[in-house]
Amino acid sequence: MELILSLIGSLLLVICVLVSVAFLTLLERKVLGYIQIRKGPNKVGLMGIPQPFCDAIKLFTKEQTYPLLSNYLSYYISPIFSLFLSLIVWMCMPFFVKLYSFNLGGLFFLCCTSLGVYTVMVAGWSSNSNYALLGGLRAVAQTISYEVSLALILLSFIILIGSYNFLYFYYYQVYIWFFIILFPMALVWLIISLAETNRTPFDFAEGESELVSGFNVEYSSGGFALIFLAEYASILFMSMLFCVLFLGCDVFNILFYFKLMFISFVFIWVRGTLPRFRYDKLMYLAWKCFLSFSLNYLLFFIGFKILLFSLL
Amino acid sequence: MLSLILIASIIMIISFIVMFLASILSKKTLVDREKSSPFECGFDPKSSSRLPFSLHFFLITIIFLIFDVEIALILPMIIIFKFSNMLVWSMTSIIFILILLIGLYHEWNQGMLNWTN
Repeated sequence: MELILSLIGSLLLVICVLVSVAFLTLLERKVLGYIQIRKGPNKVGLMGIPQPFCDAIKLFTKEQTYPLLSNYLSYYISPIFSLFLSLIVWMCMPFFVKLYSFNLGGLFFLCCTSLGVYTVMVAGWSSNSNYALLGGLRAVAQTISYEVSLALILLSFIILIGSYNFLYFYYYQVYIWFFIILFPMALVWLIISLAETNRTPFDFAEGESELVSGFNVEYSSGGFALIFLAEYASILFMSMLFCVLFLGCDVFNILFYFKLMFISFVFIWVRGTLPRFRYDKLMYLAWKCFLSFSLNYLLFFIGFKILLFSLL
Repeated sequence: MLSLILIASIIMIISFIVMFLASILSKKTLVDREKSSPFECGFDPKSSSRLPFSLHFFLITIIFLIFDVEIALILPMIIIFKFSNMLVWSMTSIIFILILLIGLYHEWNQGMLNWTN
């Protein structure tokens, strides 16, 4: 009975994530439209609301290509695997009941995000195109570099709360949010999550101006749709994690979901506002700025914890 | 645990089904050589796309490997905290992170982190 209930709960979570991904794309097109002083999609149905479903139908009926000299199996599998990874990472969402809320949820999150590198790399390499390979290489180097600081910042929080369970973030943020106590870390985390999901100021995986569409040049119809879904599911997950870490983590409250929506709106807003970064500056930002920042903060938190325990 | 494995396999099956659905539903036309050649602005690709490779990416990956292994060593520290001697724990963790920091600054000083020479 317990098993069936938790299965139903997690299946419901996955389906709702997929539907919200569809509407996130609509939100993105609308917001980008109004940023560029035009209306976004507003013709299909009532005010363009069924637009994402039409997009899905269009994408799935497009023609699939079979690139010459590509490693077709890995070319075919990698979008499937990337969607799988960005949906399974949602299982560490900290609900009190009927979902897993692992004791080691932080570790689970780190494992899933670091596996996400492989799908981009394999997708870029196996499609046998210069653009795709360059996009894949850039994405791998970027994601890897930011992952170190991501793990270290997550670890400094985990040292602060003393457990890998994300539920503890709720207990420690009842009276004041971590966003207020640790303001600089919140900003750094936001930038790192932008870079981890390959979003716009750091979207070197698909730099349209130099590489045509980056690692997914050769993908069409189903493969492209799956890559797109995975990307937006990971954006939603990253904004969920931002709310968990910094904005209270009160998952049973409806306000949590408004906060989640606001953070994913910030992701889109950044896309509409900022121009693309330069690649060497991106690497300097990761290694010279964020890594030393997060290591020093980790040292500070360990010292802080030792201080607290020696005072007790 | 069992239900996690089950939901993982269900998600895998869902994503496979979506991909197969796309393969079945998609428009089928004749496959010709020009269409399935790698995308390169209308002409045939001049060089093999799997040979050229910038060494910087490889070096960045090496540095990442070092830091990631060290993160994997930090990971159990938080769990161990509750069971271990305070003095020993604090000494080991502080020395470990100091080594990491000094290693980072050493690499910075040696110019490993410079993207362009």
